[in-house]
Amino acid sequence: MARQRGDTRAAWMFLSPWIAGFLVFTAGPMIFSLFLSLTRYDMLKPATFVGLDNYQELVTDPKVGIALYNTLFFTVLHVPLLIVLALALASLLRRAGRASGFFRTVLYLPVMTPPVALAAMFLLLLNGQTGAINELLGWFGFTGPNWTTDPAWIKPGLVLMSLWGVGSTAVIYLAALSRVPQELYEAARLDGASSWKQFWHITLPGISGTIYFTVIVNTIASLQTFTEAYAMFFGNSEVADNQGDSALFYVIYLFQQAFSSLRMGYASALAWALFVVIAVITAVQVRASRRLVYYESEPR
Amino acid sequence: MSLVEAPVAATVAEPAESIEKPRTHAGTRVLSVLALVLTGAAFLYPLIWLISSSLKDRAHVFDNALIPDPVAFGNYVEVWQAVPLLLWIVNSLLVGVAAAATATISSAVVAYGFARFRFRGRNVMFGLVLATMMLPGAVTMVPVYLEWHAVGLATTQIPLWAQNLFGSAFYVFLLRQFFLGLPGEVFDAAKVDGAGHLRTFARIALPLTVPAMIVVFVFELKAAWTDLIKPLIYLRDTDFYTLPRGLKTILDRFGEGGESQWELVLAASTIATAPMILLFLFAQRYFVRGLTTQ
Repeated sequence: MARQRGDTRAAWMFLSPWIAGFLVFTAGPMIFSLFLSLTRYDMLKPATFVGLDNYQELVTDPKVGIALYNTLFFTVLHVPLLIVLALALASLLRRAGRASGFFRTVLYLPVMTPPVALAAMFLLLLNGQTGAINELLGWFGFTGPNWTTDPAWIKPGLVLMSLWGVGSTAVIYLAALSRVPQELYEAARLDGASSWKQFWHITLPGISGTIYFTVIVNTIASLQTFTEAYAMFFGNSEVADNQGDSALFYVIYLFQQAFSSLRMGYASALAWALFVVIAVITAVQVRASRRLVYYESEPR
Repeated sequence: MSLVEAPVAATVAEPAESIEKPRTHAGTRVLSVLALVLTGAAFLYPLIWLISSSLKDRAHVFDNALIPDPVAFGNYVEVWQAVPLLLWIVNSLLVGVAAAATATISSAVVAYGFARFRFRGRNVMFGLVLATMMLPGAVTMVPVYLEWHAVGLATTQIPLWAQNLFGSAFYVFLLRQFFLGLPGEVFDAAKVDGAGHLRTFARIALPLTVPAMIVVFVFELKAAWTDLIKPLIYLRDTDFYTLPRGLKTILDRFGEGGESQWELVLAASTIATAPMILLFLFAQRYFVRGLTTQ
């Protein structure tokens, strides 16, 4: 693929849709949002400049603290559980021989379910009195909590429900596992390494790049969790948001401030604060990965 | 350490399998399948429960029995009459196909630009594409809404798909990988024939990339069909609702705190879910391919 005259012009022609989209839907809005965060704007009257007022309010707003706590609580439980479960399921699929394809399909079907349908289903499945999950716990002699009404159990319930979507991560890991060179296992077996040692010294380093990628992507997504919790507990004109505060995730609060209260300036400040939180957490993860991720000596 | 020194017995004892397959003892395999049957049941149960409960009458909807008795097909008729489900399905189809088609074509154009040409700043630009993949969507939610409001389209269905006209980072990445995998000879032949860049792209590169484009299409169709947040932000008129937005209204009205007719909520949920299940069963290999390209 040698560089030719005219190539540069042609390249920009092919890239132009993306450049336009980047300016109009990413870079432009981000600058616009930074400006908005310094204003009071309700879409009826023109925006008025208020300096750092919105950021000051954000720091003292108790709802922001609650929303941030809820979001971090969810993320800290959801991401590690998702990764470990996905890895366990992928390892099982890898050993299942011909049945593997069937089980892969079964694991993936929940990923295809629309989140609103999921919300409706799990409001009933998690129901403290009649739900199937507590019925199952009852078989083993446990009395399950009121997952959908007890403020202490709403977030664990949402985490449990989120694990139902583990299928896509499991499929990613299954592919990563099949790329680990099999000779390494042969060699380890000859050296008498136990399965646990093989997993720890061959499998984990072999797929650490993929684990790293899924941790980062799922953390970013999890810090923006919205749809299931919103569909289950918010936006219902018939009932007050009675479980409101224990399921109030950060983006739900942002959404309410922007589109229910029409506080566009404050919502923009909330968005930038979230951006900073996500950037810091991602940066920490990237730093940690330098010690934990194994890269093959030859670049692919 | 040399593998040549491997004891002969060890190699004979193992069944000859393809190189990619792990060597697994029969016992481990049985245990693995057993564990998968249990977890598989846990993953399949909610969906079977959903279909089953959507066919129960009001007195039995909470009983968690797997077989509805009596079978109440009337739930589907009732919910169909209570809300404009057909209209919402049509809206979802239109938005879904528009979103998928635009994402596929525009991402292919952009990906081709990155895969086929060398130019100054290419790596920086591609890095920027990958960076937008990590950018939290919540940050641009408000300003993008205000942009659509400014051009008078904020309450239409256009914002639900029009952003896809400009390529989407993940799909650009995916399609670029496919373009890079095409043999250079086909392009050399096109050049000898004097075909221009657009012609080479449309007549040669695109036809060879159809499987990858199907990957993008089905992923985006699923994303658009299941999305709730954009319809919540943009759609005001119930006539414009997509199925998830309509389903949220059904959940609020007939479910929690509403008239407590959960069998209708579940019937509508089944209607919203079934097309995605079918899509996956028919396009499974494309979904898997999309997740495993690197």
